[in-house]
Amino acid sequence: MISTSLIALIPLLPIFTFIFIALFGRKYMPAYCGALGTISIGTSFLLALKVAFDYFTIEGKKDAAGMLTDTYHQIIPFKITWLQFSPNLSIDIGILLDPISIMMIVIVTFISLMVHFYSLGYMKGEERYATYYSFLSLFTFSMLGLVLSSNIFQIYIFWELVGVSSFLLIGYYFDKPSAVAASKKAFIVTRFADLGFLIGILVLAYYSQTLDFQTLIKCLTTDTPQHANIVAASFMGASALTWGLVLVFIGGAGKSAMFPLHVWLPDAMEGPTPVSALIHAATMVVAGVYLVARLFPVFSLSCPPALEIVAWVGISSSLFAAIIACTQTDIKRVLAYSTMSQIGYMMFALGVSGYGGENGLGYMASMFHLFTHAMFKALLFLGAGSVIHYVHSNEMKDMGGLKKLMPITHITFLIACLAIAGIPPFAGFFSKEEILHAAYHDNKIIFVIAIVTAAITAFYMFRLYFNIFWNKEYHASTHNEHHNTHDTHTEHSKNAHEAPATMLIPLVILAALSALTGFIPFGKLVSSDGKALITEFNPVFSIAPVLLASIGIFIAYAFYKKANPKALQVQDSIKGFYVAAYHKFYIDEIYIFVTKKVLFNLVGKPAAWIDRNIVDGLINLVASITEIIAFLIRRIQSGRVQQYAAYFFAGLLGFVLLFVYLWK
Amino acid sequence: MNEIGLSQVLFVSCALFFIGIYGFLTRRNMITMLMSVELILNSVNINFIAFNKYLFAHKLDGLFFTLFIITIAAAEASVAIAIIINLYRNYHTIDVEEVDTMKF
Repeated sequence: MISTSLIALIPLLPIFTFIFIALFGRKYMPAYCGALGTISIGTSFLLALKVAFDYFTIEGKKDAAGMLTDTYHQIIPFKITWLQFSPNLSIDIGILLDPISIMMIVIVTFISLMVHFYSLGYMKGEERYATYYSFLSLFTFSMLGLVLSSNIFQIYIFWELVGVSSFLLIGYYFDKPSAVAASKKAFIVTRFADLGFLIGILVLAYYSQTLDFQTLIKCLTTDTPQHANIVAASFMGASALTWGLVLVFIGGAGKSAMFPLHVWLPDAMEGPTPVSALIHAATMVVAGVYLVARLFPVFSLSCPPALEIVAWVGISSSLFAAIIACTQTDIKRVLAYSTMSQIGYMMFALGVSGYGGENGLGYMASMFHLFTHAMFKALLFLGAGSVIHYVHSNEMKDMGGLKKLMPITHITFLIACLAIAGIPPFAGFFSKEEILHAAYHDNKIIFVIAIVTAAITAFYMFRLYFNIFWNKEYHASTHNEHHNTHDTHTEHSKNAHEAPATMLIPLVILAALSALTGFIPFGKLVSSDGKALITEFNPVFSIAPVLLASIGIFIAYAFYKKANPKALQVQDSIKGFYVAAYHKFYIDEIYIFVTKKVLFNLVGKPAAWIDRNIVDGLINLVASITEIIAFLIRRIQSGRVQQYAAYFFAGLLGFVLLFVYLWK
Repeated sequence: MNEIGLSQVLFVSCALFFIGIYGFLTRRNMITMLMSVELILNSVNINFIAFNKYLFAHKLDGLFFTLFIITIAAAEASVAIAIIINLYRNYHTIDVEEVDTMKF
C-alpha cells in the first residue's frame, strides 16, 4: 500500500520550506537557505522515487478488489471535499496517482533538485539569494500540486499558483525594466489564456455536473445523459463539448506557449537561467501538454475535432518556433524557441493519437518526449547558464571557442544537442521516433512537417553549439565592456575557471540521463489506457529522420564550425524571410498594435472616459448635493445649550399637538 | 366660597411649569437656569399630589412618586452644580452664551 502521508509529503515539503524561508530563513539564516531548499527538495525527490517504484511494480496494477492485473489503475490515496455545491458537484482537494502524474512528480522533483543544486553555485553572492530559494520552493510546490490534482478545479488553482511563481521568478531582477516587463507580459498572456481555461471548466462542469477528473472522464466518454446533453447543446456550429475542450486547450496553449500565445516565453528568459531551466523548459511549460493528456480520453473518444485542433496548433507552433530559432542570436532565446518547438511536438503527438492499445502510440510518445525533453532541455539551459556565467553575455557574438576553456560544459552540451537533434542512441531519438511513427500512421502532412522540423531543430541546435564552442578564438578581454548580461554577477576574473562543482555535477547527471533515458521501456509504464504498449523498433523507418537531422547538423557544421561568410550569403539570398524570422514574424508587433492601438483607443479610452465622467460624475454629484445641504443646515448646531433646549421643547410641543389633535 | 378644586391646582402647576420653561430658555446665568429646572420639577410634583388627592384619594402612588422626584432633584442639583463649578474653572464665567465652543 502506498502511504498517504508519504505522498502528501512530496508537495508539502517544498511549501513548508517556502514558508520557513520566507518567514524566518530570509532574515536569520540567509546563507543556509539554499542548502535547506536543496535538502528539502532532495527528500521530496527520494519520496517521489519510492512512490513511483511502488506504483509501477505492484500498487498501480491492483484493481479495486486488490487483484493484480496487467493494467495500471488510477489511485486516489487522499481526497477531502472542500467546497460542496450540490451532491455531485464539489471542489475537492485530492491526490490522483496514475502513470502520468507519477512520471510528472519524478520529473518535477528531479529537475527541481538539479536546479536547486545548480543554483547553489550560480546564484552565489546574490543579494536576494534566500528569496530566490523561497520562490523556487513555492514553484515546486505549485507544480507538484498541479500534477497530482484529482479535480479539474484543483488543477486550476495550482495552475494559477505556478503562474504566480513564474511571474515572481521572471521578475527576480526587479530593478531591470526589461525583467519587469517580461514578468508582466508572461503573467498577463497566460492569465488571458487561463480565462479560456476557466470558461472551459465551467462549460464541462455545467454539463457533466462534476469537477472530479475520474467522474468527468467517465461521464463524457460513455453513453450517459450528460454526454448526450453536452453533445446536443451547440453554439456557433460546434457542440458544447467541443467548445469546452477547445477552451480548456486554450488555457493549456497559453501555459505551454503554443502559437499564437507563445509571445511570453522568449521574454521570460529575463529570469535567472536556472529558473528558465526549471520553469520555462522542463516543467511548467509542459503543464498544457499534461492537461490535454489528463483529459485525453475525452478528447480522443468523444471529440476528435478538438483533438484535430490540438494537433494542428502543435505542429504549426513547432515549425514556426523552429524557423525563428534559426535566426536568434541570444542563446537563451534560441533555447526558448526550441522549447516551444519541442512542446509543439508533444502537442501534435497527442493530437494524432488515438485511445487504447496500438492507437495510443502518440499519447505514449508524447509523454515519453515530455520525459526525455525535460532531461535534455534542462541540461541545455543549465549548460547555457554555465556559459553565461563564464562569458557574462547572452549574445552568440561574445562567445566562440569555449570548448577548451569549459570542457565539461562542452561535452554535456554536445550530448544535449545530439539528444534534441534525435541522433541515436541519445534519448531524444527514441521519443521523437515514436512521435514520428504516430504521426506517420495518422496524418501524412503532419508527418512531413514534423520531419522537416526535426531537421531544422538539428540545424539550429548545432548552430548554437558551434557558435558557442567553436567558431572563433575566445578573447576574454573583448568582453569586459559587455555588461548587457542578463544575470548580474561579481566581476569576472582574468583566469576564470570553469563553473564551480555545484554547477557541473547537475550537468553531468543530466547528461548521463539524456544519453540513457531513451532505453527505458516507456510504453510498458505509460500508455493511454494503462495497458502495456509494446513498441517495436523499426530501423528502416528511422533512416529518414536521422538522415535529415544529420544533414541539418552538417549544414550547421559547414556554416559555423569556423567563422566564414557562407551563413551570411545564405542570409542575404533570403533576406526578406530572414528579417521576418529574425523579428519573430512580427507577432509581438501585432500584439502591441492590437492592444495599444486598437484595444487601447477603441475600448480602453472610451471606457476610461465613461468611468471618469459618468461613473465618477454620478458619485461626485451625490457627494456635492450632500455637501450643499450640509452647508445649509449646519448652522442649526450652534453650540448654545438654550437653543437646543428650545428645539427640544418645540419638538415636544409638536408631538403633543400631533398626538392630541391629529392622531385620533 | 367654594373649596379649591382640581382645576385651580392644575392651573398653578401649569403656570409654574411654563414659568420654569421660560426661565430655562431665557436666563443666561446657569444658577438661574438650575432654579428654573427646579420650578419645572415642582410643578410636576404638584400635579402628582393633586391627581392623587382629587382622583385616587385611597391610593398613595402619587405621594411616592413625589418623594422620588424630590430625591432625584437633589441628586440632579448636585450634578448640575458640579458642572457649573467646572465650567467656571475653565471659562471664568457661568454665562451659557459665552460657552458655545461645541458647534459646527
